[in-house]
Amino acid sequence: MSEQSITRQNPGSAPPARSSRFKINWDYLGLAPFFLFAICFLLLPSASIFVRSFTGTDGSFTFDNITAIFQGRDFINAYKTSLSVSVITAVGGGIFGFLLAYAVILGGLPRWARSFMLTFSGVASNFAGVPLAFAFIATMGNAGLVTQMIESIFNVDLRAAGFSIYTIWGLSIVYMYFQFPLMVLIMAPALDGLRKEWKEACENLGGTEIHYWRYIALPILMPTLLGTMILLFGNAFGAYATAYAFSGSFINLVSIVIGAQIQGDVLYNPGLGNALALGMILIMSVTMIGYIAMGRRAARWQR
Amino acid sequence: MKRVNIVAWIVFIIGITYFFLPLISTLEFSMRMVKGKYTFHAFEVAFQDPEFYINFGYSLFWGVLTIVCSLILVVPTVYWVHWKLPKLRPIVEFITLMPFVTPAVVLVFGLIRLYGSPPIILTNTPVPLIAGYIVLSFPYMFRSVDAGLRAIDVKTLTEAALSMGAGWGVIITKVIFPNIRVAILSGVFLTFAIVMGEFTFASLLSWPAFGPYLEEIGAMRAYTPQALSLVSFALTWSLIMVMQRLGRGAPGSEQVAGAH
Repeated sequence: MSEQSITRQNPGSAPPARSSRFKINWDYLGLAPFFLFAICFLLLPSASIFVRSFTGTDGSFTFDNITAIFQGRDFINAYKTSLSVSVITAVGGGIFGFLLAYAVILGGLPRWARSFMLTFSGVASNFAGVPLAFAFIATMGNAGLVTQMIESIFNVDLRAAGFSIYTIWGLSIVYMYFQFPLMVLIMAPALDGLRKEWKEACENLGGTEIHYWRYIALPILMPTLLGTMILLFGNAFGAYATAYAFSGSFINLVSIVIGAQIQGDVLYNPGLGNALALGMILIMSVTMIGYIAMGRRAARWQR
Repeated sequence: MKRVNIVAWIVFIIGITYFFLPLISTLEFSMRMVKGKYTFHAFEVAFQDPEFYINFGYSLFWGVLTIVCSLILVVPTVYWVHWKLPKLRPIVEFITLMPFVTPAVVLVFGLIRLYGSPPIILTNTPVPLIAGYIVLSFPYMFRSVDAGLRAIDVKTLTEAALSMGAGWGVIITKVIFPNIRVAILSGVFLTFAIVMGEFTFASLLSWPAFGPYLEEIGAMRAYTPQALSLVSFALTWSLIMVMQRLGRGAPGSEQVAGAH
């Protein structure tokens, strides 16, 4: 740093500046352990998935694994199911989480309601996997409390009526438990960041509450809102443990298919599993790019 | 006077119901073990199983090992970035965010395929498991260490220590680490909470842990899995509460997502 500023002050001393440009910067060596770890346990596994997606059983280059995904109805359906659950819980969790954040931050609720909701959101957004699945089986499974209550109140037999919670919608209700709290955690500071002056300026110009939300608050919050929904989408799309413990392989998600492929070559084609995993990485990458782009836009109004 | 917002109250109550109904149902379900009356018998049975202690112990061990390795990897790296190579900060941050791009099930798939066959076989060691957990911990660890280092003057502290003849080990452990101890607690607690309940890596890599154990008894028995689910929730709850208490006002206590 100091070396650079000295050379900048003395533009006449060209030789040292030139030699320093071609000198190896030994400082980079300090990051070697971190990058080595990242290469061994992030880059190489991803790269191997990429390479093996295009490798046939005989070891030659092929597109067969990729085209097999689009030919197998099961694989297309697995992607459709994963995408559906992710979109449903991202939009549903996003909207409900936003309303909840609005209620506790700006809705005039007492302070305890706000701190309680934020603490509980912190816990719930991290509570997932096997215990969450079991909690919901105890809630709305065949012998669950809510199921029994509905059956006794309305005097119906839900199971006989063909009702099952092991569907996309049932799984979505489970996922919502960690989805909307995450929205609350991210939206609460954003709502806190709305300045009183903006609302006052709107009122001074004769604007109503509707004008304020339509033309000022929502446009400012929109990048954060959409960005967080994209994050929720990715959160649900990559989930495996919760779905596995909830329904076994009942609901045919991409992550479940990949998990089954690891436990035993159920697809009878190692390359196909790699291609499915590659598809997941691609969708998650697009998700991440969208999230970063939204984050950039949201940062405009944060100072 | 503030007007009472009925809509806000309704939304709040729906939210509370969503939070608590599964917990109440799980408690109610776990208490049905003895027919005809509510007891805590399922909890007694759950805690009498020696397998529970073995698997829980393994999870504790994985958790501590992950935290130690993650700190050894992340603290010097982020420190070095702050002191010498601030330009590389976005690249390091991007790498720490990779678990959001590569889902656990995909990463474990890649690790098993890559290190399960020659030339390098690691799947008979816990290396892929701990490596996977370290990757999972990256976003939280980076965030908290980064925020902690931003709050102190890394350059001045380091140069003062160097001019007094301190070596690198002393600088990291005696100068930098004590200064960011509170800030990194949020990363440590979140990592611990995630590893304690983790299922995907442990199950697919076939290592004993609390998550796979819970799933296994869930497939065989009733009542005790629900009791242990509540124990797991209480554990997550207390870890997050401790984290929020300790990290009050400390930077970096923001959290993004867990392992689902």
